[in-house]
Amino acid sequence: MSDTTVWILIITLGIGTFLIRFSFLGLLGGRQLPEWLIRHLRYVPVAVMPGLVAPLVAWPAATGGSLDPARGMAALAALAIGAWFRSVLGAIFGGMAVLYLGQYFLG
Amino acid sequence: MGSAYWQGFRAGAPFILVVGPFALLFGVVATEAGLDIVQTMAMTILVIAGAAQFASLQLLVDGAPVFIALLTGLAINMRMAMYSASLTPHLGKAALWKRAIVSYFMLDQGYAVAVAEYENNPARPLPDKLAFYFGAISPIAPLWYIFTYVGAVAGKAIPPEFALDFAVPITFIALFAPALRSLPHIAAGFTSVLVALALAWVPYNGGLMVAAILAMITGAAIEKRMEKPA
Repeated sequence: MSDTTVWILIITLGIGTFLIRFSFLGLLGGRQLPEWLIRHLRYVPVAVMPGLVAPLVAWPAATGGSLDPARGMAALAALAIGAWFRSVLGAIFGGMAVLYLGQYFLG
Repeated sequence: MGSAYWQGFRAGAPFILVVGPFALLFGVVATEAGLDIVQTMAMTILVIAGAAQFASLQLLVDGAPVFIALLTGLAINMRMAMYSASLTPHLGKAALWKRAIVSYFMLDQGYAVAVAEYENNPARPLPDKLAFYFGAISPIAPLWYIFTYVGAVAGKAIPPEFALDFAVPITFIALFAPALRSLPHIAAGFTSVLVALALAWVPYNGGLMVAAILAMITGAAIEKRMEKPA
């Protein structure tokens, strides 16, 4: 890993990531999107984020990829608190609290 | 600074708890991987996407060719194309340079709280929507830079008892859980989880992209069916 390869990665990943973020917002701009597309786009957060998290919960790297009771319960607690109380902060605190308690009691 | 900005700021503030430690961790990991301070900060400022930074750097450390590291980082960030598309109905009419700044600061946390606000109050004027967005990222982005720097300079590993690895999944759950407010949203979430797990073996995050698209189709289809009078 030379200095040059590091810089190539930093610059290309920086430019590429910006172009991904800019893509639709930059190119479509104020154009009116079709109704069916807007209907689909409404579900982006709940379509992307659960799928991003699921493997991290099912196979956490920190436990060598095996399901961990403390982490599983913490994820369920965060989900329940977030969905029920509509509270982001409550879900983060509740989830981490359950994680620490679970680690303490379950070893 | 209007009230919309501070509403956004309050919505983004809880993520200080997660972004700070995560940035610290990146600073430590990057330094241990052999990056100097300038490289570490350049990466954190230019890329400003934690998961992609960790993954691509790790590949480089493991001896992978630079284009594989790049491809992996871009694949992880591909979800942001969907964020970009979903912000377009709300922020598309903003000036090009403002849309460019919105794009640069498109972080999972800021995006999620902003789009939740736009869905709840779609009629708010564009300046309010922009102010909310910039308010939401204000407590997040500077912290990402500062704590990366602290981690790179202090370079002290965070003890594993803190289970920091799991702060990130917890944050993501906290971000989408409040959006599970109707049957189509819940069905989309389930689809996303099931398909992502079933296709976890697909390289370059391909499984997540398929899962996200199928989940969107599921949500939209159920929504449409529910609209029709039975």
